[in-house]
Amino acid sequence: MGDWMTVTDPGLSSESKTISQYTSETKMSPSSLYSQQVLCSSIPLSKNVHSFFSAFCTEDNIEQSISYLDQELTTFGFPSLYEESKGKETKRELNIVAVLNCMNELLVLQRKNLLAQENVETQNLKLGSDMDHLQSCYSKLKEQLETSRREMIGLQERDRQLQCKNRNLHQLLKNEKDEVQKLQNIIASRATQYNHDMKRKEREYNKLKERLHQLVMNKKDKKIAMDILNYVGRADGKRGSWRTGKTEARNEDEMYKILLNDYEYRQKQILMENAELKKVLQQMKKEMISLLSPQKKKPRERVDDSTGTVISDVEEDAGELSRESMWDLSCETVREQLTNSIRKQWRILKSHVEKLDNQVSKVHLEGFNDEDVISRQDHEQETEKLELEIQQCKEMIKTQQQLLQQLATAYDDDTTSLLRDCYLLEEKERLKEEWSLFKEQKKNFERERRSFTEAAIRLGLERKAFEEERASWLKQQFLNMTTFDHQNSENVKLFSAFSGSSDWDNLIVHSRQPQKKPHSVSNGSPVCMSKLTKSLPASPSTSDFCQTRSCISEHSSINVLNITAEEIKPNQVGGECTNQKWSVASRPGSQEGCYSGCSLSYTNSHVEKDDLP
Amino acid sequence: MNFSEVFKLSSLLCKFSPDGKYLASCVQYRLVVRDVNTLQILQLYTCLDQIQHIEWSADSLFILCAMYKRGLVQVWSLEQPEWHCKIDEGSAGLVASCWSPDGRHILNTTEFHLRITVWSLCTKSVSYIKYPKACLQGITFTRDGRYMALAERRDCKDYVSIFVCSDWQLLRHFDTDTQDLTGIEWAPNGCVLAVWDTCLEYKILLYSLDGRLLSTYSAYEWSLGIKSVAWSPSSQFLAVGSYDGKVRILNHVTWKMITEFGHPAAINDPKIVVYKEAEKSPQLGLGCLSFPPPRAGAGPLPSSESKFSLQTLKPVTDRANPKIGIGMLAFSPDSYFLATRNDNIPNAVWVWDIQKLRLFAVLEQLSPVRAFQWDPQQPRLAICTGGSRLYLWSPAGCMSVQVPGEGDFAVLSLCWHLSGDSMALLSKDHFCLCFLETEAVVGTACRQLGGHT
Repeated sequence: MGDWMTVTDPGLSSESKTISQYTSETKMSPSSLYSQQVLCSSIPLSKNVHSFFSAFCTEDNIEQSISYLDQELTTFGFPSLYEESKGKETKRELNIVAVLNCMNELLVLQRKNLLAQENVETQNLKLGSDMDHLQSCYSKLKEQLETSRREMIGLQERDRQLQCKNRNLHQLLKNEKDEVQKLQNIIASRATQYNHDMKRKEREYNKLKERLHQLVMNKKDKKIAMDILNYVGRADGKRGSWRTGKTEARNEDEMYKILLNDYEYRQKQILMENAELKKVLQQMKKEMISLLSPQKKKPRERVDDSTGTVISDVEEDAGELSRESMWDLSCETVREQLTNSIRKQWRILKSHVEKLDNQVSKVHLEGFNDEDVISRQDHEQETEKLELEIQQCKEMIKTQQQLLQQLATAYDDDTTSLLRDCYLLEEKERLKEEWSLFKEQKKNFERERRSFTEAAIRLGLERKAFEEERASWLKQQFLNMTTFDHQNSENVKLFSAFSGSSDWDNLIVHSRQPQKKPHSVSNGSPVCMSKLTKSLPASPSTSDFCQTRSCISEHSSINVLNITAEEIKPNQVGGECTNQKWSVASRPGSQEGCYSGCSLSYTNSHVEKDDLP
Repeated sequence: MNFSEVFKLSSLLCKFSPDGKYLASCVQYRLVVRDVNTLQILQLYTCLDQIQHIEWSADSLFILCAMYKRGLVQVWSLEQPEWHCKIDEGSAGLVASCWSPDGRHILNTTEFHLRITVWSLCTKSVSYIKYPKACLQGITFTRDGRYMALAERRDCKDYVSIFVCSDWQLLRHFDTDTQDLTGIEWAPNGCVLAVWDTCLEYKILLYSLDGRLLSTYSAYEWSLGIKSVAWSPSSQFLAVGSYDGKVRILNHVTWKMITEFGHPAAINDPKIVVYKEAEKSPQLGLGCLSFPPPRAGAGPLPSSESKFSLQTLKPVTDRANPKIGIGMLAFSPDSYFLATRNDNIPNAVWVWDIQKLRLFAVLEQLSPVRAFQWDPQQPRLAICTGGSRLYLWSPAGCMSVQVPGEGDFAVLSLCWHLSGDSMALLSKDHFCLCFLETEAVVGTACRQLGGHT
């Protein structure tokens, strides 16, 4: 180093110092040097360098500067700017290529440096911002720490205060306790004092009393007297007896008698109570046994040993206790057995119930998958539904009963006539229907007949034609034949005429009768029917008929009623039906409706009556 | 309900005879005996001074009239009006006088409780009992009249003596473990004697007729104790009212407490029927009563609120005998109900159901309850508050009746006739009889006036 210092140009000392610094460190590595350079150099410095360069080389000192540069460059590891000198004396020539190379390299270097610098700068900025952030974080945390520290201190303070308070309260409590103790002591002492004083006073009082007694009583006070007109008899009519030892004994006896009576009475009461309780117990036991007995077999089959043995005990007990005399024994002898058996049974019952509970819970757990097991909800719903149905049925039964009752009771005139009217109307309706049916049948009949007559006429015509044909044919034949043939032919004709006419007549009669008949029927029957229908309500002559009809109708209606009761709701029955039977059925239905209406009003009135009071 | 005319009366002395035939009342120094049904004066006796106490003998043949000021007792016979008897206690003085159950002896307590003199109306004999204790209820007779229990005080110790009433022989004499005995009371069956201590200590002792101690009961210490005691007519229960505002029911088998009835000022149970008396306009209500009520009727109204608070009195604690605790209690004749009054809620009467051991009803009146008494025949409670109305409660309901008459008839006390058909209503200067109608009518009246909740 020392060498360098002496060697360096004094004019450049200031610069060389920095350079020397650089150079001293060049030995390490060029990269480190760059980094250092980058670290140290900054934009203003580079400007300085420029100005320095402008001042660095002049016309005069080209050589020197070149050599200086060469030197510098070589020290920096660049190739020498000069050509290799062959001779020592010869002046070294400036190698332009080298210079250019150097320049290029320097420029490249410069660019690299600039890039690196930029990178470093951005990094620097980044780091700076990071730093700032961290610093802010730090400060924040510091603040937080501070606040929490403060808080902690506050809490500690409060804790301390509370503890202090607590201590004070404890002290107060202790004081109060002491006070209470003191007061209690005072009370006690006062009480004793009071009692003592009282006793003293009482003694004094007693002394005074004695004295007073002596003064007042022992002196023959003439005033103390009873002035009575005459002594009255005792309430019980007996005379008073002298007081003797006997009376004393008698009194004692009587007292004990009274006491004994009381105790006897109480004992009786207790016995009665006991008997009742025993009865209840027995009943309970029986019920328990009956309840448990169906399950006896099941738990036995199971591996449950304990219950099995207990159950056998129960059976024994049951056998024993079935004897009624057992219950009349005093409690002492029975008590143990009784309590034991009850306890056992109770245990069984308990275990059984627990088992059932377990089962139920299991079922509940499994039950959702199990289709066979009816869930409780379903069960309940079902029961509810059934109950509802029962209710409905009951109501129906009730209404029916009411109906029946009304039927039974309501045989006063109005209702009967009304009923009869009802029935007659019904009858009318039925007859009408029958009438229409009959009409229809008649129509059919007529149609058939007409077709029949037509057929007969046609046959007759055909026959006529045939006859004519035959006559013509016979004529011909006759004409063809001789005269004796004519006689024969006459016979034949006679014969034929006879046979034929008879046939014809028969036919005609047959055909005419049916033709007439329907007319007469058709004319007659409607009149009759109309008469019937008209006279039905009033005429006595038709009443028989009506009755029979009504009888039938009743039968049918009853049948139908049964059906309706079983199958069809009254509302449906009330609807119109074309079928005759159904139409009849509709009547009772409507009647029923009417009755139910009646009954409804009846119940309403009932309700009103209920409301009234 | 009918009311008799108003008769004169002094110092609330009016009593039905035990057989229910007569009614004795006092006007100054005159004793008037009337027939209960006709109210006609049967006898009129004149005493030597203003009468301070009257009592019928058990057979309704005699009446004693005590004039404590003069130390005199006069006895009158109903059968023989001319018969007379005068007992003069002289300088010894007189503070109490009562009949023995046989109706032939009179027990006079002298001043300062020096002694009790037993005067006989049959013989000349006079007996003395020394050292009677000066206490609230120191003499009690069994209901059958055989025995008398007497509280005594000797050498600063309490004793109880049991006498046979027929010949005044001492049957038992035993000391009781009490500080300062206050009262004694026989059970109605005559076999158990309840003995209770001073109010400073809660202590009740039960003795058998032969002097054995059956049981001792104490609910608490260091506080004012028993204030009132009542036996149920069946002798099954003993109700003990105390200063802490509770009634404790003891049973007759173990003599332990069955239950305790608190008397809080707030009633929370909505099931409890509370009848609150309210002033009503004169047009409303009470029209159903046979006797026309002249003025405003007050009908106890049912309250349907879930919580009901009663009017309370703040007791003055620094005075003796503070107005707190259960001061009055009475069982109904069938032992099914118990009526109580808490002295710091003086306007209310509680009715307890003894069968179910729970509160049954509460009646709150407008003014403090002066007295109540059960109908001797049925569970029906008559209450008076010192106003002009009479209140009746039965399980069916509650009603109030205005006592007719010019001026206010302030009912201070009442007493039932033993048939339960009538009762005497006593005011300061007058009394009248109230005749209750047949059950049915009263029942309907009750239903119309009483409330349902």
